[in-house]
Amino acid sequence: MREHLPALQVVIPLLGAVICAFLRRGNLAWALALAISLIMPVVAGLLLQQVLSSGPISYEMGGWEPPFGIEYRVDVVNAFVLFLVSIIGAVIMPYARLSVAAEIAPERVPWFYTMYLLCLCGLLGITITNDAFNAFVFLEVSSLSTYTLIALGKDRRALLAAYQYLIIGTIGATFYVVGVGFLYTMTGTLNLSDIAGRIGSIENSRPILAGLAFLTVGISLKLALFPLHLWLPNAYAYAPSTATAFLSATATKVAVYLLLRFLFSVFGVGFVFNELPVSEVLLLLSLAAMFGASIVAVFQENIKRMLAYSSVAQIGYITLGVALANKSGLTGGIVHLFNHALMKGGLFLVMGAIVYRIGSVKIDDLAGIGRQMPLTMCAFVVAGLSIIGAPGTVGFISKWYLAAGSLELGLWWLAFLIVISSLISVVYIGRVVEAAWFREPSAAARKAKEPPLSMMGPMLLLVASTIYFGIDTQLTAGIAARAADILLMGLK
Amino acid sequence: MSVLENVISHYNHWITVFLMVSGLFIVVARGNMVKKLVGLGLFQTSVYLLYISPGKILGGTPPILAPGLTVYSNPLPHVLILTAIVVGVATLALGLALVVRIHESFGTIEEDEIFASDEDDRP
Amino acid sequence: MNGDTLIGLALLIPLIGAVFIPLTAWNPNLRETVTLLTAASLFFMVAAMAMRVLDGARPELEVLEVLPGLRLAFEVEPLGMLFACVASTLWIVNSIYSIGYMRGNNEPRQTQFYVCFAVALASTMGIAFAANLFTLFLFYEVLTLSTYPLVTHKADENAINGGRVYLLILLGTSMVLLLPAIVATAVIAGTLDFAPGGILSGKADGAMVGMLLALFMFGIGKAALMPFHRWLPAAMVAPTPVSALLHAVAVVKAGVFTAMKVVLYVFGIDLLAGSGQNDWLIFLASASLLIGSLVALTKDNLKARLAYSTVSQLAYVVLGAALATSWGVIGGSMHIAMHAVGKITLFFCAGAIYTAAHKTEVSELTGLGRTMPFTFAAFLIGSLSIIGLPPFGGVWGKWYLALGALDAGHVIVVAVLMISSLLNIAYLLPIPLKAFFGGTAAAGRPAKIKEAPLPCLIAIGLTSLGCLLLFFYPGVILQLLQLIPLR
Repeated sequence: MREHLPALQVVIPLLGAVICAFLRRGNLAWALALAISLIMPVVAGLLLQQVLSSGPISYEMGGWEPPFGIEYRVDVVNAFVLFLVSIIGAVIMPYARLSVAAEIAPERVPWFYTMYLLCLCGLLGITITNDAFNAFVFLEVSSLSTYTLIALGKDRRALLAAYQYLIIGTIGATFYVVGVGFLYTMTGTLNLSDIAGRIGSIENSRPILAGLAFLTVGISLKLALFPLHLWLPNAYAYAPSTATAFLSATATKVAVYLLLRFLFSVFGVGFVFNELPVSEVLLLLSLAAMFGASIVAVFQENIKRMLAYSSVAQIGYITLGVALANKSGLTGGIVHLFNHALMKGGLFLVMGAIVYRIGSVKIDDLAGIGRQMPLTMCAFVVAGLSIIGAPGTVGFISKWYLAAGSLELGLWWLAFLIVISSLISVVYIGRVVEAAWFREPSAAARKAKEPPLSMMGPMLLLVASTIYFGIDTQLTAGIAARAADILLMGLK
Repeated sequence: MSVLENVISHYNHWITVFLMVSGLFIVVARGNMVKKLVGLGLFQTSVYLLYISPGKILGGTPPILAPGLTVYSNPLPHVLILTAIVVGVATLALGLALVVRIHESFGTIEEDEIFASDEDDRP
Repeated sequence: MNGDTLIGLALLIPLIGAVFIPLTAWNPNLRETVTLLTAASLFFMVAAMAMRVLDGARPELEVLEVLPGLRLAFEVEPLGMLFACVASTLWIVNSIYSIGYMRGNNEPRQTQFYVCFAVALASTMGIAFAANLFTLFLFYEVLTLSTYPLVTHKADENAINGGRVYLLILLGTSMVLLLPAIVATAVIAGTLDFAPGGILSGKADGAMVGMLLALFMFGIGKAALMPFHRWLPAAMVAPTPVSALLHAVAVVKAGVFTAMKVVLYVFGIDLLAGSGQNDWLIFLASASLLIGSLVALTKDNLKARLAYSTVSQLAYVVLGAALATSWGVIGGSMHIAMHAVGKITLFFCAGAIYTAAHKTEVSELTGLGRTMPFTFAAFLIGSLSIIGLPPFGGVWGKWYLALGALDAGHVIVVAVLMISSLLNIAYLLPIPLKAFFGGTAAAGRPAKIKEAPLPCLIAIGLTSLGCLLLFFYPGVILQLLQLIPLR
C-alpha cells in the first residue's frame, strides 16, 4: 500500500469525481468530497514524511519504466506543494456545505463537488508527475474544471469571467504544449529528469531557447504573472466563495511550482539565470505586479476583486523570490507560496462568510459589520496583517527571506521596494477595516450575525495558522529551505 | 544549403506558424465569442502539426513490429496528440456551453455589447 | 520565583488581564477592579525583577527560535528595567485616572478600551525586555496595532483621520526603514542579539554605519524624530488617558528606548563616536528639539501643545544617545523616566480640565485656576518639572545630558538645552499662571470649586508627588543606569 501512495494521491480524487458525477443529492456529493479531501492530506503527509526522511520517491505508473511510461517523482519540493494543496482542500471542504448550498442552485451542487474533485486531482497530478506531457493533461483537467467552477457563480458575470479565463487559460496551456514539443523534438523524451540530463549539451540551440520561452509564457499565464493576470480578478470575484478560496490558495501555487520545476530542475540555474536575462525580466514583472496590482487593489469596491488583485501582487513576491535565485530569495518565494495560500484562503473564507450572511461583498454593504460579526472581521484583520507582513504573522517570514535575499545580493533598492509595496496593502486592508468598524451600519450589515460553526471553524483555523506558522516555522520555512537547496542543485 | 532551401525544407513548421498566428489573431481580433472559439481551435490544431510532423520519418513505415520492417515512424507523438485532441474537444465543448449560457443571460454573444451593458466589469 | 519566570509573568499578566476584562464587562466596577489588580500585580512583578537587576542578575527567557538566528527571546538589562518600571508604575496611576475620566465623560466601548490598554502594556513589557532586535520589532508592531483602536476610540471623522496618520506613519516608518535596517543588520552582523559594545562593531564602518543609523533612527517612528513626528499630534484625538500613558509614556518612550538600545547594543557607542556619524544625529535631534518647542508655542489646543512638547522632549533622549558618551546615555535614559512623570501629570490635568470644564483650548483657560485650583497647581508642578527647575525631577535628565554634551565636546548642545528650557517656560508656564491670575475674578465672592472626579484627582496628586520625589531620590535610577554596560 505504502509504495502506491503517489498513485493514490491522484487516483482517489479522480475516482471520487467519477462517482460524484452520478450522485444527485448535494449533501451526498459533499460528504464524498469531504471524505476524499480528508484522506488527501494523510497521503500527502505520509509522502512528505517519507521524502524528508529517505529522499526522493520514484513511482512508475502502471509498471512502465520511465522512458516509455509515466513516472511520478516526489521530492521535497513537490511533496511540500502536494501537502499544501491537500491540506487546503481538507480545511475548506467542511466550510463548503453551507456556503455552496447558499450560492449554487441545488441541482448543480453535485456538479460543483465533481468539478472540485477533478480540479483537486488535476492540481495534485501536475505537482506529482515527472512527465512533461502528463503535466499538460493534468493542467487541462484542473483548468477545465476550474472554468466550470467559476461559471457556477451566481452572478451572470461569472459566465463571462469563466469564458475569458477559458480563452486565456487555453492559450497558456497551448503555449505550454508547444514548449514541451520543442523539448521533446530536441531530446526525444518527456521525462523531466531525462530532459534535464540531455539538455546540457544543446542548451543554447534555438529550439531549446524557444521551448523555454513558450513554457515560461504559458505557465506565467496560468500563475497570473503580471501582465498576464487579466483573467484572474474577475474569475476570483465572481466564482462561488468556496471555489475562490480553494483556487486562490492552490491553483496559482501549483503553476508556480511548475515554473520552478522547469526553470530550476529542467533547464538549470546556471543556464536560465546566468546566461539568459530571465532574472532581470522576472524581477521587473514581479515588481510591476507588487506595485501595479496593489495600487489597483486600493481602488476596488468589490472586496473579492480587491483580494484578487492583492493575489496578483502577492504572486509578484513569489516570483521575485524566484528571480533572486539565491538560497534566501528562493526560500522566501517557496515559503510565501505556502504562506500566501493560508492567508488568502483565510481572507476568501471570511468573504464567503459575509456573502452567506449579507449576500454582498461590496465595501459599502460591509459598513459597520464589525460590530455584528466581530470574530469574522477580527479574522479578516489578522489575515490582513499577514498580507501586510506584520511580525508574528506568516507574511513577515516571507518578507524577511525576500529582503535578506536581496540584501545578500547587495540590492538595497530592492529591499526597500519590497517593504514599500507592502505598505500599499496597509491602505487596502485598512479601507475594509475602517468601513467595517467606523462607518454607520448598512441596512444589510445591521441584520448580520456570525456565520455558523461549520464555516467559522475552517475560517478561524486558516487564520490562526497564519499566526502559528509566523512563529513556529519549522514545517514551512524549514522545508522551503530544503526545497530551495534541491532546486538550486537541479535535477541532473 | 541556401536560405531558400532551408526555408522550404522546414515547410511543415511554416504551416504550423501560419496556423498558430492566424488562430491567435482571430482570438484577439474577433468580438464574437463563437468565432473566438474557432480561432482558439485553429490555434490548438497548429500544435498537433508541430508534434506529428517531426515524428514522420521519410521512408519509414507505420510503427508495427513485423519482420522486414526496420525503419518506422515514431508512434509517441501520435499518441500524445490523440490526448491533445481529446483535451481540445473538451475545451471547445465547454467553451461553447459557456457561450450558450452567456447568450441566455446577456442576450448576445458579442463582447463589446456585453461590456457596454456592464461597463465596470472590464478586466 | 526566579527571574526567568518573572519575565514570563510580566508579559502574561497584562494579557491575562485582557482576557478577564471582557469577561467581567457586565459589571463595570468589577471590570475596573480587574484592571487595577492586573496593573498592581504587574507592578509587583516588575519591582521584584528590578531588585534582582540592581543586585546584578540578568534574567533571561528564550521562548523559541522562529527562523535560524531569529529568536523570540527576552533578557532584562538595566535600561529595559527602567523603562518597564516607569511604564508599569504609571499604569496603576493611569488606571485610576481612566476610571474617573471614562465615566466622567460617558465614553462608549469602555471594555474595548481597557482590553487594548492591557495589550498595549503587555507589548510595552515585551519591548522593554526584548533580547534581540526581532523580538523588539515584533512587540513594537503589536504596540502600534493595539493602540490603533485606542486612537480611533471616538470613531468620528477626526478620529478616523487621526488613526490613518497614526497607522501609516508608524507602520510606514517601521516597515520601510526599520525592517530593512534589521534585515541588513542580520545579514552584516550575522546576529540580532543585543550585546554590550554593539554587534556591528568591527563588522561595519563609515558610510554603512551612517546609512544604518539613519534607517534605524528614522525607522523608529515612535521616537517622533522630525520629520516623522506628525503621528503624535494626530494621536491626540484619543481619550486623554491614552494620550497620557501611551503617547507620553509607553509608545513614545518605547521609541526613544529602542533608539537608545540600538545605539548601545547594536552599534555600540565606541563605533558610533569613532565613525563620526553621530554628528548629524546630534544636529538633527537638536533641531527636532528646538523646532518642536517652537511649534508648541503656536498651538492653542492644549493637547496639541503638549504633543509638540513631547516631540521636543523625546529629542532629548535621542540627543543623549547620539552624544555617545556615558553621561549622555545616562542623561537620555534618565530623561525617559523624568519626562514620563512630568508629562503624564500635564496630560492628566488636560483631561481633568476637559472632564470638568469641557475646555480644550489654551485661550479658554484664563481664570479657570480659580475654579480648579488643585488641577492647575499640579499643572504648574508638571510644567516646572518638564522645564527642568528644582525641586522637581526633570532637572536631573537635563543635568546629565549637559554633562554628556560637555564630555563629548559639544558645547553648542549645552546652549541648545538652555534655549530649549527657555522655550519650555514660554509655552508651558503661561498656562497655569493665566489660569490663576488672568481674567477678572468675579467681584466679591470666591469662585465655586468645580474639579474633575475624585479618581482623576488622586492620579494627578500621585504623579505630582512623583515629580517632587524624583528630585530628592534620583539615586536608585542613577544606580540602575550606571549598571548599563557600555562596552
